[in-house]
Order: sequence, then C-alpha cells, then structure tokens
Amino acid sequence: MLDLSFESPKPKTIPGAKYDWELVIGMEVHAQVASTSKLFSGASTEFGNEPNSNVSFVDAAMPGMLPVINEFCVEQAVKTGLGLKAKINLWSAFDRKNYFYPDLPQGYQISQLYHPIVGEGEVIVDMEPGIARKVRIERIHMEQDAGKSIHDMDPNMSFVDLNRTGVCLMEIVSRPDIRGPEEAAAYVVKLRQIMRYLGTCDGNMQNGNLRADVNVSVCLPGQYEKYLKTNDFSHLGIRCEIKNMNSMRFIQQAIEVEARRQIGILESGGVVEQETRLYDPDKGETRSMRSKEEAHDYRYFPDPDLLPLEIEQTWVDDIASNLPELPDEKKIRFINSYKLTEYDAGVLTADIESADFFEEVAKSCEGKLAANWVINELFGRLKKDDLSINASPMSPGQLASIISLIQSEEISGKIAKDLFEIVYVEGGDPNEIVDSRGMKQVTDTSAIEKAVETVINDNPDQVEKAKMNPKLAGWFVGQVMKATGGKANPKSVNEIVSKKLSL
Amino acid sequence: MSIDANTAAKVAKLARIEVENQDLTALAKEFNDILGFIEQLNEVDVSGVEPMTSVTPQKLIRRSDNITDGDRQASVLKNAPLSREGFYAVPKVVE
Repeated sequence: MLDLSFESPKPKTIPGAKYDWELVIGMEVHAQVASTSKLFSGASTEFGNEPNSNVSFVDAAMPGMLPVINEFCVEQAVKTGLGLKAKINLWSAFDRKNYFYPDLPQGYQISQLYHPIVGEGEVIVDMEPGIARKVRIERIHMEQDAGKSIHDMDPNMSFVDLNRTGVCLMEIVSRPDIRGPEEAAAYVVKLRQIMRYLGTCDGNMQNGNLRADVNVSVCLPGQYEKYLKTNDFSHLGIRCEIKNMNSMRFIQQAIEVEARRQIGILESGGVVEQETRLYDPDKGETRSMRSKEEAHDYRYFPDPDLLPLEIEQTWVDDIASNLPELPDEKKIRFINSYKLTEYDAGVLTADIESADFFEEVAKSCEGKLAANWVINELFGRLKKDDLSINASPMSPGQLASIISLIQSEEISGKIAKDLFEIVYVEGGDPNEIVDSRGMKQVTDTSAIEKAVETVINDNPDQVEKAKMNPKLAGWFVGQVMKATGGKANPKSVNEIVSKKLSL
Repeated sequence: MSIDANTAAKVAKLARIEVENQDLTALAKEFNDILGFIEQLNEVDVSGVEPMTSVTPQKLIRRSDNITDGDRQASVLKNAPLSREGFYAVPKVVE
C-alpha cells in the first residue's frame, strides 16, 4: 500500500507583550462505548429516558451488589486500540478512584489506572493536503461514567439522575503532541471519525457521548524540541487542565483563552499554578474549579470486587482480522484507484456513509467525475436542505445514471445540472426523464449547422463585428445554445461557429 | 512512615468520616500500628512472585451485552432521603 507522506504543521504561536509563545496540548478524550447495557450492570444505556429508570441496584451502589463486566465493552476498547495502531494488553486490571460527589453513588469510580487495556498507539491528524500531525497515544483505559446533576430545577436543591452512571467510557489519553487549537479540534475530529468507522462510539457530542479534557501549557520556541529529545517535562511550561468540553468550537476557544491567560501571568513575572479549570463560553474565560483541588487525592487502589481482565491473543487477532477499512487506508485507496486529489478523497472519507455512497456511484461511472458530482452537487444540495447523506433523496444509482449520460455525451454538463435537480426533487429514472423531456444533447452536426446559419443570417451586423474581433464568436455560440435550449454540444457549436464565420 | 494527627484529620476528611479533635491522636496511633504491620510484611522478599489476585483459581466472569436490569425507578429511589420527580434531590452543589 502506498503511504501518504506528510509534513508536520508549524506550531501555533501567540505573540505576548515580550515574547512569542508556543502552545503544548495533551488531551484526554472520553468516548462512550456504543453498548446496549452498562459496563458492570445490565441496565440500559439509552439516552433520554425517564430519570433513574436506567438504573440497577449495582449502579445505585446498593450494599452487597457486585459488578460483572460486559464483554462487548471490552471488545470495543480492543477494537478502538487496534484502530489507533496501539498495543493491546492481554492482562489489565481495574482500580478504584475515590472521591465523593452526589452523582457518584459508589463513592469511587471503577477505572484502570495501573494496568490499562490499551497501551501506546498513534493518530495521524490531517490538517490540509500534505500536512498532518502525528499524535502519540499514551493509553486507553475503560472506566465508568458518572451520573448527571441538574442545578437549575430548584433554587436550593440539585437533582441527580443516575441513568448515565456506570455506562462504559473509553478514556483516550494523548501525549502532549498537539500544538494549537485547530490541531486539537482536528485531533478530536479524527478520533471521532476512526471510532465511527469502527462502530465503537457514535461520536455524538451533543449528547455528551464524546467529551474532552484539555491540558494546556505555553513555552518559548525551542523548549518543546528539548522535551521531545529528553522526554523531560521540565522543559515545558506548567499545565492547566480544562475539563469536560463537548464542542469543537469551545475546545478551540478555551485553548486560546487559557494560553493567553498563562502568557499574561508569565510575562508579568508570575507562576502558573497547576490546576483544573472550567471554560465559560458566555464570559469567554476559564476559571479555577477550587472544589476539585482537595478531591485530587484519589487514593487509587485495585478494586477487590473485580479479578484482573485477561484476554486471549487469538480473540484479539480475531477482532483485528475483522476490522473495517480505516479512514487513512480508505483515503489512500480512493486516491490510487479513483485518481482523486487528496482533498477530494479526504472529503469523501470524512464519514463512512459518504465514502460508501461515492463508491456505489463510482461503480458504474468514472471516479473523478463521480467525486465531483458527489462533492459539489450532491453535498451542496443536501446542505441546502440540511440533510445528511443517509437521507439523500437521490440514490447512488440515480446519480451514476446522470453521470453516465454526461460521459456518453448524451447530455451536456449544463443540462446535467437541470436533470440533477429534477431527479433530486421529483425522483425517477434519469434515462427516462432525458428521453421523455427531450433533454438529449444535439450532436447531429447538420442540426447544429442549421442553427448556426440561422443566427448568422439574422445578425449580419454582429457578423461584421466578429470578423474584426474574433472574440465576439462567443456571442454566436451563446445564441445557438439559447436557440437549442442548451441541448447543443458546446464543443461542436464552437467549431461550427468558427468555421462558418471563417475565423 | 509516620502518621500525625494532621494527616489523620486529612484522611478522615477525604473519607467523609467525622472525627473529634480529641480523638485524632488515638486515630493516628492506630494508623501507625497498621502501617507498622505492613512494614513488617515488606521485609519479606517477594521478587519473582506474581501478585495473588484471588484465593480461588477463577477467571473474571464476563456477561453479554443485554439489558437484564433497570426500569425500577421507584425501588431505586426508595431509600433516598429525598426524591423529586424521579430524581434524587440533594443539597445544592454548584461548580
């Protein structure tokens, strides 16, 4: 397989009052596993149900209840690890992370601190054609989600819904390899894309199924390279962690705002305090989560309720051999087999549904042309109606028929656009529509010649002018196209006009 | 390692256990007794011995991904000191 070579993007620099500063970002992405039931209980994971209806006695932490692991969740974590080219640990274990909060009835979260199920991997984050950032993955571990607290239903009370409690999350931890707000968002987009290809997480950020904690620090140019060489974090600035963001826009804003705050502190001779912060999009600022500070002493210890998780290499191999084609591979294949540009291949492989739709179209017509029509016409038209590719009123077969009609020169490009609109709105077989509505391109040169002669005979003044200024031939072509309702083959019209005007 | 009254107070606070000031010294002593015992255990050379995670030779039991539980809002909330409209109602916690 041909590999796409790429260069690393330049790190984003933010000019302070005294120096130019570089950003260093590491992320912890929490991805909800697309399972039907919870990680350690048989309660449903369905979103939007009645409060506390997806809750078993295990989730409510009733005394004596014991966790039993969901095998499907383990499989999804392994699959995600394989998708990120990561090491799969056949032996992993669960630990308790102890803290008190009303939406955590156990008083601890079951997580994997010491022995995560997935080790080191990597993600290629595409920025633009030929430019990408390789982000190293440190680990992926499985853990329980917490419940949800609602603070605005009563002035004196918080309301707690445990429906989410115990749902399986994969926490994907990156190395501090991300060097700007745009890269951070692109990294989350890429993770989301890979997991949606794998089917391990639906990536729905609105429902909170994909959230990110962002570690931000700033340093002077040259420091990051020193860190890379020595792996010594003291070359980098002190970082702050911005918690729980579920929109690409907020991630970018929060990083920018936080970096500027740190630069302000450093340039006025202060010291950045390592802490957890929260981004407030309304005020456009990050603020300290003081309450979290004390809770930081989590007193992790191995969960005595759970034996270590031991999986078989043959099971992992089996999962690996059934992995779908991943975005990077699909993109390279599209470039090679359909002769697409990297940009077009990137657009078409952004989600698997678009990629499948395109391939279905390209089965029966030329690839490059198919890509143009899917991207420019179909995506544009769907966007206008705010529809996803799954809801496209036009089938891949219908679009392929339209493109085939262009390829065989039965219709002109201009007529094809009209035909596209008709098929999109009314449906039907493009071939029949072309026949029944007389949309076929006139390639019969004698018919075109006749039309050209008529225009020439009717406009002697223009003929004189055109002889002085050959550029005016275009006017005749336009008139002929108009007279033929756009059905004349433009290339033939051009030739015949030039010939008749003896230009 | 030695635990003083301040550390004992901190541990008690993290565990949400209320301990009167006058009891902290005694608590610290209990901690130190336990830690002393563990230090004694630490003298045993266990290099090359795999940590024992269970006294019975069993593997972690796994279940398949099916909904077998839940849908019991009333019984889940039954022991809550206060509930409203299907939610647990707790003293206001605001970030």
